[in-house]
Amino acid sequence: MTALKGSGPAVCIGEDIDTDLVIAGRYLRTKDWNFWAEHVFEDLDPGLAGRLKGAVLVAGKNMGCGSSREQAARALHEAGVQAVIAPTFARIFFRNCINVGLPVLECELPGCHDGMMVSFDCIEGWVETGGTRHVFRPLSPGMQEILSSGGLIEYWKRRLHR
Amino acid sequence: MTTLSEKILGARAGTYIDRHVDKAFCHDGTGIQAKIIYDAMGAPGIAFPGTVYIIYDHIAPANNSQTAELQAELRAFAREYKVHFLDIGSGICHQVMAEGRVAPGEVVIGADSHSCTLGALGAFATGVGASDMAGIWVSGETWLRVPDSVGIHLSGSTGAGVEWKDVALSYIAELGMDGATYAAIEFTGESASSVPMEGRLTLCNMAVEAGAKTGLFYADKETERYLARFSVSCQVQVPESPDYVKDCYLDLPGIEPVCAVPHRVDTIKPVQDLAGTSLDQVFIGTCTNGRYEDMARAARILKGHQVKVRTIVVPASGLDYLQAVSTGVIADLIKAGCTIGPPGCGPCLGAHMGVLGKGETALSTANRNFKNRMGVGASYYLCSPSTAAASAIHGEITDPREVI
Repeated sequence: MTALKGSGPAVCIGEDIDTDLVIAGRYLRTKDWNFWAEHVFEDLDPGLAGRLKGAVLVAGKNMGCGSSREQAARALHEAGVQAVIAPTFARIFFRNCINVGLPVLECELPGCHDGMMVSFDCIEGWVETGGTRHVFRPLSPGMQEILSSGGLIEYWKRRLHR
Repeated sequence: MTTLSEKILGARAGTYIDRHVDKAFCHDGTGIQAKIIYDAMGAPGIAFPGTVYIIYDHIAPANNSQTAELQAELRAFAREYKVHFLDIGSGICHQVMAEGRVAPGEVVIGADSHSCTLGALGAFATGVGASDMAGIWVSGETWLRVPDSVGIHLSGSTGAGVEWKDVALSYIAELGMDGATYAAIEFTGESASSVPMEGRLTLCNMAVEAGAKTGLFYADKETERYLARFSVSCQVQVPESPDYVKDCYLDLPGIEPVCAVPHRVDTIKPVQDLAGTSLDQVFIGTCTNGRYEDMARAARILKGHQVKVRTIVVPASGLDYLQAVSTGVIADLIKAGCTIGPPGCGPCLGAHMGVLGKGETALSTANRNFKNRMGVGASYYLCSPSTAAASAIHGEITDPREVI
């Protein structure tokens, strides 16, 4: 199951962050998901990995552009990120997050900075920070179903063994 | 009126659909991850094994024992489930699929972001991650949001020394890295029909660099001519005054040789403004520019010269390689001092052979110059094969119009 609501301190990153920067190509060939969590954002800022547990990742536009590597979404999930918020996402990364059970919220958070508390509710469709509530574009019912299952593995397990 | 994406997907832009996938492909990198997910799902089998392709290109051949073991596991899986399996040497998945395995009007999903390449054939082709691929193996279908479309209108003809790669980099710079996010790009206008298939593949390949879901050309006589080589029949597609959410007009005579400069694909400069930039490596290859025509253009420039900087040429596919061997293109490249790699992605993603060191500068015909991608601490410029070849001769960035 994925927690569809939560709150945590913001970890802010810039615009157009590509998936190579989330997890580098040299680390992809393994079955050890935790290994990706250890190396997440290593080429962007090696200090970031240690701050992600329980955090809400707040990114600039076009988050997750580039490679289709699902390891990027998986690394963030394994590192303990609760949700990723950005004004726009690259579509494959967006799908991948939902498929690994990591909430993605399409929303602009002006004035949000590192350490600010961010609350979100995927069901009601809002994000709150600094006393301001922002409404985001709701996920389609299909996406909500995958996300609330905990990701595509659990979704298909449920469908296949119903 | 209806866009090509709407026509193929059978629904209006903005609609969510569940759609049967006509062809589903992945490579050694995403394939093994999809297999892990597939196993975890506890699925009873692959719904349509005849539509599934696994193609080894990313680290081909394997670079170490860990990679070799993962590749062996996926190889055994492919055999067990009787899906199409193309081992090392076949080439880059997008090029291999373009060689007679995709027809206009099909819905093609690849577990790789550059799957949009196949829109060059008039297919609706887009990329997904490993879990989505596993889901397609299980069910034969996937969900899609029918995209809006951006029209790129091509007019006139390109000048000497200007290639489709220069046109591709120019439209990416015009739209920006997120200028077509969630949308499909349709290449249209008076000059679209005169773009050869190799150019269409290059233009559609880079659509994802503007955030697009896919890039499409309407299937026409050129598509028919190209597919006849592989005995694939072609249904011609005619534009129905499609409605675009955005239009981009590219006057081809106004385009000059350009490079994308470190480290953004959408930041370009004319090659002549960068002339003299010292290089440590030149790389000609990838799903953008590793086709026979790309290697042949490079060889025409390099013939009779010696490269001044290490130059790696990697054919996009085994077929491209064979054609380049039989026409003497490979011999010309080797005589000029180039190193030829096995068909596949080569150094593009920085995972093996040809990776750069800290402080080094490379010129590459690839599609991405993201920071650290081809080697930590190195810098990369992106360009056409002609610019790459001209620059290899001088060991520094050189305008191809000076040597042709």
